[in-house]
Amino acid sequence: MSSESHDEQPRDAAHPTHDEIVAREGHDVEPAEPIDNPGLPEHLPRPTDVDPKLEKRAERQVAGMFTAAIVLAVGFCVAYFTVPKDAEIFGWFSLNLALGLTLGGALFLIGIGAIQWAKKLMADHEVIEMRHPARSSDEDREAALEAVDAGVDESGFGRRPLIRNSLIGAVAFLGLPAIVMLRDLGPLPGDKPFNTVWRKGMRVVNDVSGEPLSPGDIEVGQLVNAQPSVFFETDSHGHAVFHGTELLQAKAKASVIVVRIRPDDITPRKGQSNWDVDGIMVYSKICTHVGCPISLWEQQTHHLLCPCHQTTYDLADGGKVIFGPGHRPLPQLPLAVDEDGYLIATSDFREPVGPSFPEVHQNRD
Amino acid sequence: MSTTSTPLKDTGVGKKAAGPVEWLDDRIGLAGLVRKNIRKVFPDHWSFLLGEIALWSFVVLLLTGTFLTFWFQPSMAEVPYDGSYDPLRGLEMSQAYASTLNISFDIRGGLLVRQIHHWAAALFMAAIIAHMLRVFFTGAYRKPRELNWLIGIGLFAIGLIEGFAGYSLPDDLLSGTGLRFVDGLIRSIPVVGTYIEFFVFGGEFPGELIIARLYMAHIFLLPGLLLGLIAAHMVLLVYHKHTQWPGPGRTEKNVVGYPMLPVYAAKAGGFFFVVFGFTTLMAATLQINPIWAYGPYNPSEVTAGSQPDWYMGWVEGAVRIMPNWEFTIGPQTISLNVFIPAVLLMGILFTVLAIWPFFESWVTGDKKEHHLLQRPRNAPTRTAFGVAGMTFYGVCWIAGGNDIIALKFNLDIFTITWMARVLVFVGPVIAFIVTRRICISLQRKDNDAILHGYETGIIVRSAEGSYAEAHAPLPPEKAFALTARPRVPELTAPVSEDENGVANPDGRKARLRAWAKRFFYAHDVDKPTRFEVEDAAHHFHDDVYPPHDFPDDFSGVSETGVPKQH
Amino acid sequence: MRFLSTHRRHPLAGYAVLLFGLLLAAALYAAFAPGKADADTATNDPAKIEEGRELFLVGCASCHGMNAEGIMTVAGGNYGPSLVGVGAAAVDFQVGTGRMPMAQSAPQAIRKEPVYTDEETDALAAYIASLGPGPAVPDEEYTDVSEISQEELTRGGEFFRTNCTACHNSVGAGGALPSGRFAPSLQGVSEKHLYEAMLTGPQQMPVFSDDVISPEDKRAIIAYIKNVQNQPQAGFGGGGLGPVVDGMFAWIIGIGGLVAVAVWLAAHGARVKKKRS
Repeated sequence: MSSESHDEQPRDAAHPTHDEIVAREGHDVEPAEPIDNPGLPEHLPRPTDVDPKLEKRAERQVAGMFTAAIVLAVGFCVAYFTVPKDAEIFGWFSLNLALGLTLGGALFLIGIGAIQWAKKLMADHEVIEMRHPARSSDEDREAALEAVDAGVDESGFGRRPLIRNSLIGAVAFLGLPAIVMLRDLGPLPGDKPFNTVWRKGMRVVNDVSGEPLSPGDIEVGQLVNAQPSVFFETDSHGHAVFHGTELLQAKAKASVIVVRIRPDDITPRKGQSNWDVDGIMVYSKICTHVGCPISLWEQQTHHLLCPCHQTTYDLADGGKVIFGPGHRPLPQLPLAVDEDGYLIATSDFREPVGPSFPEVHQNRD
Repeated sequence: MSTTSTPLKDTGVGKKAAGPVEWLDDRIGLAGLVRKNIRKVFPDHWSFLLGEIALWSFVVLLLTGTFLTFWFQPSMAEVPYDGSYDPLRGLEMSQAYASTLNISFDIRGGLLVRQIHHWAAALFMAAIIAHMLRVFFTGAYRKPRELNWLIGIGLFAIGLIEGFAGYSLPDDLLSGTGLRFVDGLIRSIPVVGTYIEFFVFGGEFPGELIIARLYMAHIFLLPGLLLGLIAAHMVLLVYHKHTQWPGPGRTEKNVVGYPMLPVYAAKAGGFFFVVFGFTTLMAATLQINPIWAYGPYNPSEVTAGSQPDWYMGWVEGAVRIMPNWEFTIGPQTISLNVFIPAVLLMGILFTVLAIWPFFESWVTGDKKEHHLLQRPRNAPTRTAFGVAGMTFYGVCWIAGGNDIIALKFNLDIFTITWMARVLVFVGPVIAFIVTRRICISLQRKDNDAILHGYETGIIVRSAEGSYAEAHAPLPPEKAFALTARPRVPELTAPVSEDENGVANPDGRKARLRAWAKRFFYAHDVDKPTRFEVEDAAHHFHDDVYPPHDFPDDFSGVSETGVPKQH
Repeated sequence: MRFLSTHRRHPLAGYAVLLFGLLLAAALYAAFAPGKADADTATNDPAKIEEGRELFLVGCASCHGMNAEGIMTVAGGNYGPSLVGVGAAAVDFQVGTGRMPMAQSAPQAIRKEPVYTDEETDALAAYIASLGPGPAVPDEEYTDVSEISQEELTRGGEFFRTNCTACHNSVGAGGALPSGRFAPSLQGVSEKHLYEAMLTGPQQMPVFSDDVISPEDKRAIIAYIKNVQNQPQAGFGGGGLGPVVDGMFAWIIGIGGLVAVAVWLAAHGARVKKKRS
């Protein structure tokens, strides 16, 4: 762009253009405008201004719209009391449609009617209003300054620095209680982001049904959305061990998926070669990017895709990220089989699950 | 209307109201206010109504939102659902979600109001952005309106957060997934991320407090701020008086239009009903956010096509196309893959928007008040910057829907992501160059029309047998409107040293500023001079364009070749 | 099914439902006319197996091999996989939904008009089933969702959201997968084919075997899918694709419509030159 000449309208002081001469000789500082302002065009009447028939018609139109709005408003009330809540029309809820069309129609017609009234019937002479500069007059500025000075002077704000500074300090220090008060917004994180409810020996069970999984149930190509068995257990009083928001908090970290890949296809991460059971592997279901649960499992490519931001993991390759904005590989849960032949964890996850946080690579075991 | 109506004070109503009105005026001096403002002039142009759409949607949001609060319970306590929606009955869910189902299925009209509220929110943000683009491309933010621009940016930013808070309240699977994203976003803040996460959620995600906290923000804190800022926005609008397009009779010193009472009151008041009615009709016929289909939030469930509402779509897209940069320095891990697109980028957008008016005025050195709008073509560099910004936003926005696009157009989602990664940088540059060239061409076209008239569509054969299109002079009003714009300022090289060879202390800054000014104006085509206009008028008939005599009311021929008349 | 069965009709609904029903019937017929499979497939009838083998040799063997053992490409890729042990359910799904035979090489076989009649599909299924044990075509008991209880429906929803929505979306509108592949829409897929898809894991879809998700739970999932797709909506739903479509409507219909009104509002209407007579 820069190669192009910037003076497409050449200016040359030696050869002033006509309007520059005008400007120099005239009283205007700016060069004269190329075309004079022709002024506001003559006001022309509208058809409704000159033809009484059209005027009458416009009047009827506007009043007609307002009347129709009355009818629709009444129709709304009728629909409210007569249309059953679960009735259906065109595959839509009848009540929603009936209430919406009547209320929306009434409102819309009032609006269109009012605008039509303004456009067709109200006087439509354009009015000129002069502007004033946004700034105050010099006189006002002067007077304002004097008034402020007088006030400051009378307060002694400038003469008594001890009072002034201690006041500023006092108000500033009020910020401390305001901040300190917010301390109990939540607990400190502690080790919580590093741990889940998984423990050595805890069974891997099917989500929703809570059924334990035995290796024989799981074919190559299978996907099981699973949870730790503790979510389906009750305490001695018959209450669920985890319930309500506690359950959700625990689930937000402990959810897993179980997949089975042909053992030949698997390249385990270092030190994790015995974490699978005959190609059955359990990975965290929580994306290491921002925490969506991931279960878009492509059984033929061994790829796992997150539906939120498309981070793609290769579960045959230690959960490595192969595409997308996620960074950390998907944590794997070390797996074994208990004496009853069901899949169990041999420990908690060995690394934090879920989205990264500043301390994620600190060792808190 | 030829008949005038009776003065108000002589009518029956007037006589009855006289007492109370006097009582009121005795106490608050109403008449002064009324006298000053009731005939205030507002110019008419459709683009001046974009902000009004936002204003009226906000009123609709307040009305419908109040209705929704009568039943909504901002609690995350888990309860079994026993309402009338079969496929979820018996399921444990938060009270927030259960009460939203209740509003949708058991409160008559609740579903309608929920949908009006959601559509109005989508329209509120869309209208804010459309209004902001109008203000930007017409230069309406220039002195004395910079502060009102800043207030507008504040409204935009708070509107985003307000919308997101509302999106999260029903605690359905989609809104919970959105909160999960915010959780990851907060965690990505360097050093303190984990702590802020625990403070915001009152513990680990999702905790039991976040909905109640967002509810407070959504129905009290943020609407309060919005209301205050909107009031300030309107007060400044009235104080500055509205900008207007240049045209015959319109100057920097006046404003031409219709008085507040009656025309503007009827039009603006009518427009409120139009906006309310329109959103209601949309709510009647277009489903939005069917929370029952998503199910209650459960951190182990998600649905394909999980997206934020449209106004957060560009952030979502930026997050999707960001490379997976994450670094560990000592004990600290910095997740730039989330922090840059989700936190920094929004900050950058609002900062750039906020400083633009001041930056432009620094570059141009223009400290005058401006009340006449500029056509986008007459500020080519600004327009080009604006379109480049829109392109950046647009690419991110499209990337935010990459899964839907891949599904609906049978494309590869990774290819779309890669294209967006490239286009997000290349697109704005191309858009900048192309837009500036288009603007400059349009400026040339305007000048051509002023000097040589417009093309009439009449082909004339000369005696020699050559063909040419006859031109006719522009009507003076139109020609004036085209020239009613500031001249391109003279561009001088900065003085790096004075005549004694002493280096200018501001040399580097001045050079930078001169360079910026030159970049800003360099390619602009100035309007013709008076001399040129008069000269062209004089030679109109011996120009290259064939002369032709037109009747007074001739105004060219239409596309189909029929002569048009005024 | 209280929610659906207790719908009372709006007076106008009769006509609308009639019209809608006719359209739906036409559409359904066009799409699924040959889809009414006979579940009582005699899979071990030798005549049927022989008939299936002949059909296989003509229509399938060029990719899957003369004995369905599969064909490898020179590069070691899979030209057509081995069909030994995939079972009758896989054949019934792939052929019955028109995915097989594939029309052309593509990232993914797509649903289309089936090439084979029901009889022929049964015969093919019988032949493949005879090659090795594999999942059979499900009993009608597990694909008939008309008698489902409300509790089962809710449970089906839980299974659906846990196992299916991540790919297929919460109303089964489908979703994108890497490299141009996708989880198809579940709209209008027959109960039997839904069951078979879960059972056999066609293409990239994982297997959800009967050991892990019981036939009863599969039936509940199917019932939920049918319910969520056939329940009334609160207006035009935009295909269930969620906020992206909502945003498009907000801009095009919302801002578009209101700007149209604004243009009318601010337009300088018609003028005349003559004065009032």
